[in-house]
Amino acid sequence: MTAAGGEPEELPIAGDDDVVRVRQLVRTYAQRVKLSLVNQTKLVTAASELARNTLVYGGGGVARIEVVTDGVRQGVRAVFHDDGPGIPDVTLALADGWSSGSGLGLGLSGSRRLVDEFDLDTEVGRGTTVTVVKWRG
Amino acid sequence: MVGVGERRLVVVLRERRDEVLEQWVRAAAATLRGRVTAAELERESRELYTALLPVVGDNGRDVSGERYAEIRSLLAELSRTRARAGYTPSETASSVFALKRVVFELTEHDADPDLFRELMDFSSLLDALGLFTFETFARAREEIIAEQSEQLLELTTPVVKLWEGVLAVPLVGTLDSARTQVVMEKLLESLVETGAEHAIIDITGVLAVDTQVAQHLLKTAFAARLMGAECTISGIRPQIAQTIVALGIEFGDITTKASLADALRHALRSEGVEVVAADRVR
Repeated sequence: MTAAGGEPEELPIAGDDDVVRVRQLVRTYAQRVKLSLVNQTKLVTAASELARNTLVYGGGGVARIEVVTDGVRQGVRAVFHDDGPGIPDVTLALADGWSSGSGLGLGLSGSRRLVDEFDLDTEVGRGTTVTVVKWRG
Repeated sequence: MVGVGERRLVVVLRERRDEVLEQWVRAAAATLRGRVTAAELERESRELYTALLPVVGDNGRDVSGERYAEIRSLLAELSRTRARAGYTPSETASSVFALKRVVFELTEHDADPDLFRELMDFSSLLDALGLFTFETFARAREEIIAEQSEQLLELTTPVVKLWEGVLAVPLVGTLDSARTQVVMEKLLESLVETGAEHAIIDITGVLAVDTQVAQHLLKTAFAARLMGAECTISGIRPQIAQTIVALGIEFGDITTKASLADALRHALRSEGVEVVAADRVR
């Protein structure tokens, strides 16, 4: 898998407005690689969840969006990074219906089901990075 | 007349006032490309010029000081009106900078070293004032944006009556906490006012339903139910339905429909109203 289409675009996530901005940027990228409407919506929704997690639980961070290719396939990769408190129990965080906040507890686990590739890298006290990829087709 | 200790530039600016003003207005009009009337521009320039004269000789290092109060308020007013009229900040600031060139050209043939030093100061003074318009311009823009988003919040959440006892809220765009709060309040108030027993929240215009949006919708529906009204969520498009399933959101026993028409039919039916073609009534 290699990056294509130039440098990844980076957006700060520091407020509710930024979550909207990330969502719009992801939508633009999803349209650029011609994802189907369903897959566009899935990726945008996952990005929305993860960006909000970065904001609410990570205390803000950055989102990096880029087009990636794997042979002939094209896709969109979105990376959400924060330097927040990290996740102490990854298994619990990825379980349906568990939330350390007041949400539905579906953000992280639901996002994983919405995308093709999902990678969670976290360490307590160091921060959290979530990488997702949605492929065309 | 050159008074004792009076600076030469001040004298020039005062004595050739009309000439300088005329050229300044012409230079400023060129950058604004005729979008402001000449009379307006002349009035603005005259006021600015009058306020500027007492501070000529300063180098503009003290623009936030007491002596600049009048010219500051004039410039703030200027950039505010320009911001509202859709000018760029550069266009606004160049009106101020235009005066520099006019004065330079006027004193071009004068080789007096004192005058040259005064001109340097005058130049930094105008720079400082130009930058001040930049700052106020940005602030004015932010005020406008804040105003607009507030108006949008009000505008985009109407509660409409579809039928006797049936209310609908068509939602468009992004559903954040602030908007949901407005929607919920408006809907609940309308339920009390009209005594309606059915509320339909239509999300056809909502681009993505994530867990936060879903949670907001559910809260609104439950609140309506607590007040004795049945709440239906309509406008669930195929891609939204698939996303909701993948996310694992459950709407419980809240009725959902694909379109607003379906939701209305559902509401009418439970009110005991059947919609039939006219020729089949008898």
